[in-house]
Amino acid sequence: MDYILSVEKLSRVYKSGSRELTVLNDINFDIQQQETVSIVGPSGSGKTTLLGLCAGLDSPTRGTVSLMGQQINGLSEDERALLRNKHIGFIFQNFQLIPTLTAIENVMIPLELQGSKQAKSKAKGLLDRVGLKDRMTHYPNQLSGGEQQRVSIARAFCNDPSILFADEPTGNLDEDTGLSIEQFLFDLNAERGTTLIIVTHDLELANKTNRIIKLKGGKVVADEKSLIQAQV
Amino acid sequence: MANLSFLFKTAIRDSRKDLNKLFMFMSSIILGIAALVAINSFNYNLVKDIDSQAASLLGADLAITGNKPLGEKLTPVLDSLQAETAEELEIFSMAYIAKTDASQFVMIKAMEGGFPFYGKIKTDPEQAYLDYQDKPHALVDHSLMLEHDLQVGDSIKLGIRSFYISGRLKSAFGSIAASTSFAPGIYIGKPFIEETKLIQPGSMVNYAYYYKLSDPTSAEQWKDDHRESFRNESLRIQTVEGQKENLDEAFSSLNNFLNLIALVSLLLGCIGVASSVLIYIKNKVPSIAVFRCLGMKSGQAFSIYLIQILGLGIVSVLIGATIGSLIQIYLPVILKDFLPYEVVMDLSWKAILEGVLVGLVMTMLFALAPLVSIRNISPLRTLRTSDDEVTKRDYLKLSIYGLIIVGIFLFLLRLTSEISSAAIFTIGLLAAFLVLYLVSLFIMWAVKRFFPSSWSFVFRQGLANLYRPNNQTQTLLVSIGLGTAILTTLFIIQGLILTNVDSMDAGNQPNMVLYGIEKNQADRLTTITEDYDMPVIQQAPIVTMRVAGWKGKTKEEWLSDTTRVARRWAINREARVSYRDYLESDEKLLRGEFVGEVNPGDSIFISLDEGYAESLSVDLGDEIVWNVQGTLITTFVSSIREIEFRSMRTRFFILFPKGVLENAPQFLVFITKSPDSETTAKYRSAVVKAFPNISVVDLGMILSTLNDILTKVSYIVKFMAGFSILTGLIVLISSLLLSKFQRIKESVLLRTIGASRMQILKINATEYALLGGLAAATGILISLVASYFLSTRQFELEFDLNPLPILFIFLFVTGLTVFIGLLNSREVIQKSPLEVLRKEM
Ligand SMILES: Nc1ncnc2c1ncn2[C@@H]1O[C@H](COP(=O)(O)OP(=O)(O)OP(=O)(O)O)[C@@H](O)[C@H]1O
Ligand SMILES: [Mg+2]
Repeated sequence: MDYILSVEKLSRVYKSGSRELTVLNDINFDIQQQETVSIVGPSGSGKTTLLGLCAGLDSPTRGTVSLMGQQINGLSEDERALLRNKHIGFIFQNFQLIPTLTAIENVMIPLELQGSKQAKSKAKGLLDRVGLKDRMTHYPNQLSGGEQQRVSIARAFCNDPSILFADEPTGNLDEDTGLSIEQFLFDLNAERGTTLIIVTHDLELANKTNRIIKLKGGKVVADEKSLIQAQV
Repeated sequence: MANLSFLFKTAIRDSRKDLNKLFMFMSSIILGIAALVAINSFNYNLVKDIDSQAASLLGADLAITGNKPLGEKLTPVLDSLQAETAEELEIFSMAYIAKTDASQFVMIKAMEGGFPFYGKIKTDPEQAYLDYQDKPHALVDHSLMLEHDLQVGDSIKLGIRSFYISGRLKSAFGSIAASTSFAPGIYIGKPFIEETKLIQPGSMVNYAYYYKLSDPTSAEQWKDDHRESFRNESLRIQTVEGQKENLDEAFSSLNNFLNLIALVSLLLGCIGVASSVLIYIKNKVPSIAVFRCLGMKSGQAFSIYLIQILGLGIVSVLIGATIGSLIQIYLPVILKDFLPYEVVMDLSWKAILEGVLVGLVMTMLFALAPLVSIRNISPLRTLRTSDDEVTKRDYLKLSIYGLIIVGIFLFLLRLTSEISSAAIFTIGLLAAFLVLYLVSLFIMWAVKRFFPSSWSFVFRQGLANLYRPNNQTQTLLVSIGLGTAILTTLFIIQGLILTNVDSMDAGNQPNMVLYGIEKNQADRLTTITEDYDMPVIQQAPIVTMRVAGWKGKTKEEWLSDTTRVARRWAINREARVSYRDYLESDEKLLRGEFVGEVNPGDSIFISLDEGYAESLSVDLGDEIVWNVQGTLITTFVSSIREIEFRSMRTRFFILFPKGVLENAPQFLVFITKSPDSETTAKYRSAVVKAFPNISVVDLGMILSTLNDILTKVSYIVKFMAGFSILTGLIVLISSLLLSKFQRIKESVLLRTIGASRMQILKINATEYALLGGLAAATGILISLVASYFLSTRQFELEFDLNPLPILFIFLFVTGLTVFIGLLNSREVIQKSPLEVLRKEM
């Protein structure tokens, strides 16, 4: 079976002074193409840490992460950057738009990095898709939180990623705005077949995904089909 | 390829909104380079200026002098020179003044040609000097005319020819004139000297041939090539270089100082660059993390900001060079009415090119140091702002630090042209940096360790800001501290130089020398001098003697010795020796022991001037035998002195102790100062009337030239230092203004939570007062050490400190820091927190 993401015996230990803090302890799971997965768990359980490792932003203390069949532990930072640029999209709780670039410029970055000629038209299309046609040349601080998050969704889908990581994408937004953001995420997932991995506290959101991985104290305590999936 | 254009595009896009944050970066470079270019060209112009000043002391590039005319052998040699020429015949004679029926001993100079080529002959009426050579006209010394109540239009008889007095001679040219004239001068055209019939076989005539070379720089070489053949004909070659040596001490200080200012401007610019780029990059960290997250390679992220910095850097360097050039062109025009002298400023391409090159390399190196850390920014920062990034040893960064040190060293080497000086300076700068860095670490540690937890909230906040994550303690302490140190050093050195220039004040120098006084005339002469309310500044006995041999060989043996290193002039010269039992205030004992008095029959210990000892190739303990008008006296060198060029006193290279020469044939030299030319004239005739054998030499003309030069020196010192201090202040101010972005979020948060305006102000004031005070104090301490070494080693000035300005500097820097710190929080206080957060995000 080909998995888009495989995590094997993954551990992450932080050293602060002489004390060691094991944040993730022997994590294992595999995720298939086009799956939507949510990672839930109490605060401090290691969700963000796990996401960072899976996306190749951080290096594990032990164990391996494989993305699209390629082990990423052995890769250099720049090789992982290339991988991220080609195959991965990101959405953050605090949006992480570049304040000095306009909305459309923010969206274009991943494609421009690849040297693509269609960056502009594609970015326009995506911003249109998330309903920000008229705000393209606005700077992030001229946009509301929900608008900023829509820009970052457009940016995340711009390079047609195989897998998209979102760390509490609706955490900073009110319920209605949060819902519309979720809608965009799932619609785009359906349209493009992107694998979705969402870290969230929001159980309703979690229940909209196919699969829920529960973390507690750095360990996977449950890994099950979600309610919707179970019903099907 | 597409990639490169993307990097450029992003670099430009990203800088659009942040140009204000790069303003300080640009202004540091602009000011630093402008100063560098302006100072460099000032320096070049000054060197040129001083060259021409020295030339005006001689009046020509080259002068041949002697007491016979150029022979057939040498005339062709000189004819081959590419030069404008002039000739002078000098003869001493009596002049008859019909108006008062008086005779006066005068020096007649018969001139032909446009001498002086440099400098001006000042006459009254002004145009009198233009045509005196063509007619039977005479220019007559001002004081002589006063003495005999002569007016322009009267006549004076020289030999058998009467001359129409067409002008009053205010200042003459040429040191040759001034230094040999102990009689008032009269200038006539050379063709008319024949008609006076004064030149008879056997009469003493001095000849001088002056040359203005088409390539003045070749004079020295020419002199070296021809010295020997001219000496064989008993003719002397004089060049500007030789004249300049006299003034060298004053100018080497000035030159050193201008170099110091160039260094200071460059360093200030670099400090500005380094701290602004550092702060800029700190602000960019979140954006860079996002770029990395989206798949940008570390090298690409680095390139984006490199492009930005490089682009703006080049633009700034060019703007700076332009401003520097404009300054050198227009400043003299603007300041024309305020300047005590006329400045001719030429655009110096060499200075501009040098400024651009040095500026570009140095500022880019300083910018690169903080820039390369971009490569290590982890994309993980998008998920978590962690500070504890594992700081690997970054070899690229270390090699940039290495290059910076090498760069500074090379720059210093170019300035000082001495490896040891350059090394000491470089090490000193590193040490200053290190001290400030350590102080900042110590402060952070100490505040944390001894935190006054009982203090009020605002003070605790202000203090805690010093060590909290994201603090600016190190950046500001180092940049303000270094800035203060450099500026204070400059300030102190400037003061010392100005004091020194003042002490050389030509206006207060003795301006009359009396030679040929017999011992028994001294008392009467003193009385006459005091009758005119003039001081006896120096009165020294002079015994003339010649070297008969040294270090066991006779002079003749030495002269035929091919391995001899002693210089011919030192061997052959008729030495004018004095004796006394003390050292003058302008003499410094370098080595050995000064012996003031010896008993009859004891060994005789003498003291030599350093340069003279070197020229004769003798040192402490060596034996020298003197021929004192027929008697041989054996002496031993017991001390070596340095005689400072500070005053117009007669300098004695060779000094005997008391108890040896008292009965040798001798005469006295007398030095005094006359308040004005009228007194000079009256005093001179009184002295000559009483003692016809005494020669009175008026140094007034040389002194007025010297005075001109010194006025320029002190003006340039003040102006350039002022310029550099301005640069430093602007760098300090902008580095503080930039720190605004550091604290703004915190202040807004505090405001949001409910802190009052006053509380915010107090928190910031506490932080900035501590930072400013500490940085200023450390900087000033460093500057004290630095200026002590600079003044004693490099400038050879006496270190002397006025504590009041130093205290002022401390208060000023601290006050400025607090003021700008508070200015930074102005926005937080006046606007709504939301507005501020949105704007500064
Ligand atoms: N750099 C670090 N050094 C030390 N400990 C760390 C570091 N980063 C994270 N931790 C610790 O790791 C644990 C997991 O952090 P993580 O951010 O993954 O939790 P989380 O599940 O995302 O929590 P939340 O739901 O609140 O976002 C926390 O206890 C945190 O303190
Ligand atoms: Mg988290």
